[in-house]
Amino acid sequence: MDDKLSQLYQQVVLDHNKTPRNFRVLDPADFESLGYNPLCGDKYKVFLNIDEHNIVTDISFIGDGCAISKASASMMTTFVKGKHIDEIEKLFHQFHDMAQGKLDPENDPNDLGRLKIFYGVRNLPARVKCATLCWHTLHAAIKGKEKVTTE
Amino acid sequence: MADLQESLKAVNKDKAERTDIERCREDFPILARKVHGKPLAFLDNAASSQMPDVVMHAYTDYHSRYHANVHRGVHLLSQEATSAMEQAREDIRELINAGSAKEIIFTSGATDAINLVMQSWGRANIGEGDEIIISTMEHHSNIVPWRMLCDEKGAVLKVIPISDEGVLDLDAYASMFSNRTKLVGIVYVSNTLGTINPVDEMTRIARAHDVAVLVDGAQAVSHLKVDVQQIDCDFFVTSGHKMYGPTGIGILYGKQELMEKMPPWRGGGDMILSVSFDEVIYNDLPYKFEAGTPHIAGAIGMGKAANYIKTVGYDAIHHKEQELLMYATEKLQAIDGLRIIGTSPEKSSVISFVVDGIHPHDIGTVLDLEGVAVRTGHHCTQPLMERLGIVATTRASMAMYNRKEEIDQLVTALHKATEIFR
Ligand SMILES: Cc1ncc(COP(=O)(O)O)c(C=O)c1O
Repeated sequence: MDDKLSQLYQQVVLDHNKTPRNFRVLDPADFESLGYNPLCGDKYKVFLNIDEHNIVTDISFIGDGCAISKASASMMTTFVKGKHIDEIEKLFHQFHDMAQGKLDPENDPNDLGRLKIFYGVRNLPARVKCATLCWHTLHAAIKGKEKVTTE
Repeated sequence: MADLQESLKAVNKDKAERTDIERCREDFPILARKVHGKPLAFLDNAASSQMPDVVMHAYTDYHSRYHANVHRGVHLLSQEATSAMEQAREDIRELINAGSAKEIIFTSGATDAINLVMQSWGRANIGEGDEIIISTMEHHSNIVPWRMLCDEKGAVLKVIPISDEGVLDLDAYASMFSNRTKLVGIVYVSNTLGTINPVDEMTRIARAHDVAVLVDGAQAVSHLKVDVQQIDCDFFVTSGHKMYGPTGIGILYGKQELMEKMPPWRGGGDMILSVSFDEVIYNDLPYKFEAGTPHIAGAIGMGKAANYIKTVGYDAIHHKEQELLMYATEKLQAIDGLRIIGTSPEKSSVISFVVDGIHPHDIGTVLDLEGVAVRTGHHCTQPLMERLGIVATTRASMAMYNRKEEIDQLVTALHKATEIFR
């Protein structure tokens, strides 16, 4: 496979796309938020429960979109569960910077771990928003906002 | 004898200048480009087609030899610019067979032209309770302005239904008219489905009810011979960049009697005969609707693009594009899990499709990395997508310069995509 192609569509991404984790409605949920990318029609809802210590105790998502957006959402939910919202805020900014090529996850300090897999989108400007949509949505949910769009 | 030789020479010269459709590809330097290390297969012509070098040369020529404002200078450069722009108007008039060059208004594109009609004709003629008919397959540019007008005036937007194949329901259309109907806005060729709508017949039906007709020809002019007098529509709009010309330029054709009665929309220089603080006397057509300095280079380029199309000829274009359409349809249909969206018998060289289990955006990226440029998404036709029950499609749109090899490249890349995602 082509370099850029194999970097973008790694097996893990394909797997999360096919069988997304935490792919369900969370009921009841403390927070929820809708994310929409009008360019490609990607639409996701993120649900969130946060305890009194500001720890995310549960998170889920539903919706539909391209493989990058769905895998990113799926991996995000597994990654942030059990984390403090301040930590998540930091991850949001790191992920965002990585997707835009401003942060090199191999050399710059970061906590992205297995989310580094999305570094490949930096080469494809049209796909950056696919990878970051769920993060914007989560961010908005935490901030108590209702709806985000990445356009 | 000398006369004969002269005329023979003239004939041969004429032949040499006539562009052969099989060789027209050489006129488009961009098509030799590589992307991601692969030869470019440009199949996104419905979004913007490429420009032949005659268009680019005209563009550069204006900038390097006679760049000046139009209609205001007594100096030579300004006169040359003015006459080049007016020649372009005439060249475009001829292409769509308008009765007079006064009926050709330069705009920034099809969208701008529709907005001009909405702001000028629409606001003067549409009132509360009046009805505007459009179709399910309109581009957002022929929906949003009318939606805005309806909201402002309390008018009603009515929508012609379509079949699952993407064909308009003409019986439904014919029964939609009432004594409140004021306008029909209809797309000639659907940018998403390729469907060619029977605009002649539809205009005839509207005429019988004394209703004005606007035809959105953005996707028509590069593919089929347009004759606005035969269609008998009141308005016709198109964009330069969808007919081998530059971006930022387009036209509104409007019937002269109608446009003479229409109030100006934008005010400024060029659209006036005289100005005082108490009174303004407006200029005649077409300048009444061209306030401010126009996109002169764009207009000149669009005129050259019109001439380029005439030189190749619509017969040759139609033949070549229909051949590509048939070839691509056959090849794409053979791909497992692929479904073509839009199967009207009357269709231009546009193929939208969906593939089971693969989102169009992912297809678009795989194709891009294989050198194939297509468009993915809703193609600015969200209500159409909703009607068809899909979110997005991948769209391959072919122009006169495309080759079967490029379709093959598309098909190979699609196989790659299905391999990755299965
Ligand atoms: C059918 C149709 N109408 C109108 C437009 C708008 O053209 P422009 O963006 O050049 O104004 C388009 C462009 O995609 C189109 O395909």
